[in-house]
Amino acid sequence: MSAFITFALIVLVFIVIYQIGKASEYAGVLRGQEKVKAQTNRVLAILLLLMFPLGCWGIYECNAMFQDRLLPVAACRTGVNYDSMFLTTTMVCGIVFFLTQGILFWFCFKYQSTEKRTSFFFAHNNKLELIWTTIPAIAMAILVAIGLRNWYDVTSPAPPDATVVEVMGKQFNWMIRYPGKDNELGKRDFRKINDANNVMGLDWSDPHNMDDIISQNGELHVVVNKPVKLLINSRDVIHDVGLPHFRMKMDAVPGITTTMWFIPSITTDSMRQITKNPDFVYEISCDQMCGKGHYSMRGTIIVQTQAEYDKWMASQQTYYAANNPGAAPAADSVNAQPKNESVKAVTMK
Amino acid sequence: MNNEIIIEGPNVAHGAESATDHHGHEHHEQHFVWKYIFSQDHKIIARQFMVTGIIWAIIGALFSVFFRLQLGFPDSTFPILEKFLGDWAKGGKLSPEFYYALITMHGTILVFFVLTAGLSGTFANLLIPLQVGARDMASPFMNMLSYWFFFAASIIMFCSLFIETGPAAGGWTTYPPLSALKEASLGSGTGMDLWLLGMALFVVSSLLGGLNYITTILNMRTKGMTMTRMPLTCWALLFTAVLGVLSFPVLFSGVVLLIFDRNLGTSFYLSEIFIGGKALPHIGGSAILYQHLFWFLGHPEVYIIMLPGMGMASEVLSTHSRKPIFGYFAMIISLVGITLLAFLVWAHHMFVTGMSPFLGSIFVLLTLLIAVPSAVKVFNWITTIWRGNLRFNPPMLFALGFVSLFISGGLTGIYLGNSALDIHLHDTYFVVAHFHIVMGVSAFFGMFAGTYHWFPKMFGRFMNSTLGYIHFFITFIGSYLIFWPMHYEGIAGMPRRYYDYSAWESFKHFQGVNSFISIVSIIVFFAQLLFVVNFFTSIWRGRKLTNKNPWGSPTLEWTTPINPGHGNWEGEIPEVYRWPYDYKDDGHGNDFIPQTTPLRPGEESH
Repeated sequence: MSAFITFALIVLVFIVIYQIGKASEYAGVLRGQEKVKAQTNRVLAILLLLMFPLGCWGIYECNAMFQDRLLPVAACRTGVNYDSMFLTTTMVCGIVFFLTQGILFWFCFKYQSTEKRTSFFFAHNNKLELIWTTIPAIAMAILVAIGLRNWYDVTSPAPPDATVVEVMGKQFNWMIRYPGKDNELGKRDFRKINDANNVMGLDWSDPHNMDDIISQNGELHVVVNKPVKLLINSRDVIHDVGLPHFRMKMDAVPGITTTMWFIPSITTDSMRQITKNPDFVYEISCDQMCGKGHYSMRGTIIVQTQAEYDKWMASQQTYYAANNPGAAPAADSVNAQPKNESVKAVTMK
Repeated sequence: MNNEIIIEGPNVAHGAESATDHHGHEHHEQHFVWKYIFSQDHKIIARQFMVTGIIWAIIGALFSVFFRLQLGFPDSTFPILEKFLGDWAKGGKLSPEFYYALITMHGTILVFFVLTAGLSGTFANLLIPLQVGARDMASPFMNMLSYWFFFAASIIMFCSLFIETGPAAGGWTTYPPLSALKEASLGSGTGMDLWLLGMALFVVSSLLGGLNYITTILNMRTKGMTMTRMPLTCWALLFTAVLGVLSFPVLFSGVVLLIFDRNLGTSFYLSEIFIGGKALPHIGGSAILYQHLFWFLGHPEVYIIMLPGMGMASEVLSTHSRKPIFGYFAMIISLVGITLLAFLVWAHHMFVTGMSPFLGSIFVLLTLLIAVPSAVKVFNWITTIWRGNLRFNPPMLFALGFVSLFISGGLTGIYLGNSALDIHLHDTYFVVAHFHIVMGVSAFFGMFAGTYHWFPKMFGRFMNSTLGYIHFFITFIGSYLIFWPMHYEGIAGMPRRYYDYSAWESFKHFQGVNSFISIVSIIVFFAQLLFVVNFFTSIWRGRKLTNKNPWGSPTLEWTTPINPGHGNWEGEIPEVYRWPYDYKDDGHGNDFIPQTTPLRPGEESH
């Protein structure tokens, strides 16, 4: 019933607005087209002029409201550079925005049609064209220069002392693999994957796999002020590792390994104090549409001190041991020759 | 479904053969079917595209209302949704699967079926022959086929909405492997097959149309209509068609390979996949290859959507400012620049796919280069209204709105085109805000400007201005209210294409904004219905034209009779002597000189 009333109301409003439209058309005919036209034109010119201050006020309110929710605190050096570049770009764009929009709406008011006015025949002017080709070109060149400097900084090879961690996406969660004591990730092969006891398809003939640790709850532990390099992969569809606090993003593509590295500079605990939010946590969001659970594909990053990290690491069981209770310790098989049975093993650099 | 409305077309039809050999007095009635349904008259085909486009636009916009309800009010239920969507919204709550199907179809419908076919199809068909002085398109038959291929594509896409597993649900870009594997998502089943089939037919339609537009402009201009005497609308539509003809085949190849991967066991896009509990045999393909093929069309597609709006806004701004467009040649050169660059920037959609950083930097450079011709256009539009004599009727308002939105949406492109900034903003609401403002709303404003401006030419009547003003202000203010706050969400890193944000510590505080956006978008949706009502009632009940040139425009289309028949001009096609923007005193109290007026003694041609 209420649906019907709503529907009837909407139809009614439509009819009313339509009738107003029609009536004003007839009224225009009765009262003299030209006079009404001139009057409407004046009203519209004022309304258009009002759009600008109204818009500025809206933008001001919006900024005030979102001030504390804009860019989250950057938790790495490249993130800080990002914020400064963002500010520069915003200033350039902001100047152009207010200038052009202001002029646009001011002209609407200033040059509204009146009986006395005749338009000025002004068809072209090469000097003007040259000016407004050159100025944007220079501005763009500056922005490109800043952009490329940051881009090469972010995408440069990771320092050799970086901790290497593998991040693998699947519908719909993240799996993290740490290299373990030997500091090397073993080979894996997607054909060896099974959800019961080999979620990432580790090749057990590779001894480097024996001490690898896999966390399936999407929790990535990293050490503060120490570079970490992520090897990103997917085992089904394309995902994307999105790290808003580190201003980074990288696709996880099946069959291709992508990389990304950064140096976290603020621990999770300090961040809780900075943001005054006791529940604060660095989140990994999936940023590439991956199916019905896309929106729930959430991972977290725990940035901690070396001591905390070591303590946590010591408490972890290797994936091999977790899935083969009572098996020999990993160290025993280190000397065994890895048999490469896989046709195409993913190589880990 | 859409042909009844055009019954009230021209009541005198001339034979199709009159396209080449026209006899003004030979009136023979055509059968209804040939005149209005399988018509070869470009003006009827334009109306067919327009009406089909409007129907699609309503469906696409309605979808956005459905998913905005979910985004704005994730904790509420809307029993009315169940009436519309059945099991997809059990108990009034949208299921995630159908949420993704809705956003996918919203994008597909609006990008391809409305803003490509509905926009180019309508205005290229209507305006090209009328403005260059041709009796019809170069090949009226191909032109008819273009519409009917579009119609077939529409039927298939429409049917896909009703199948059991739902329509395609992998985003309008349908990236494999998600779209290639039935196990990956419900929407990757039959829905995806229909999507691919529909798109393949759509490409055929677009090519048939595009080739026609190009040929007509290059070969069928009337005497005296040199290329540089063409209105900017024709220039814009020419480059739109060139973009489409060169890039749609690439999408076609991408679509065909995806069909092979889905059904014939090939591995173009698939490699090393474990899904549905088993490892697939595919090895060696690249999922990124599809993205290259897709965006090689996908980016020019953005300009296929924008250019017609730019052309129409130029024409409308000039006409209603009673002033020539400023920098006619600069406008053409910037169109050329945009067209060339459109082919060289596709990978800026793929900065975070792991592509080589060096390659990325080349695409940054080329992408930001587009800002230059775009800036030239904006400054030229603003200078066009400077010291003009502005008449604010609905087409003019929408053209001004177009410029304002194009500036706003264009500027955010500078952020996204710069890979170092894109790396954080990619696939967030910032992107949603950017492209909705610039190629969604702005292109729509260009289209509305064109519709209000050329409606008198299409139907011999005016649309109601008061309704037009209401439509303009609600839409203009509403679009800023909807999309401006989205920038802030994107800057905070809030990803797009999420069904629910409540579990996210970093994004859940945007719930209030999301509700606000949803409410405004529902209001704006109803304002668009007001336009639809205005459009259809005006076809029959609008104020009749008394003068064949109601806006006082110098271009050729206004020299035709109020309701031109097939063949457009009674008698000879007029000859053209001057450029299309001669807004100066003609010596008889008019403030414009039609293109058909010979140069006065001593007057220099532009």
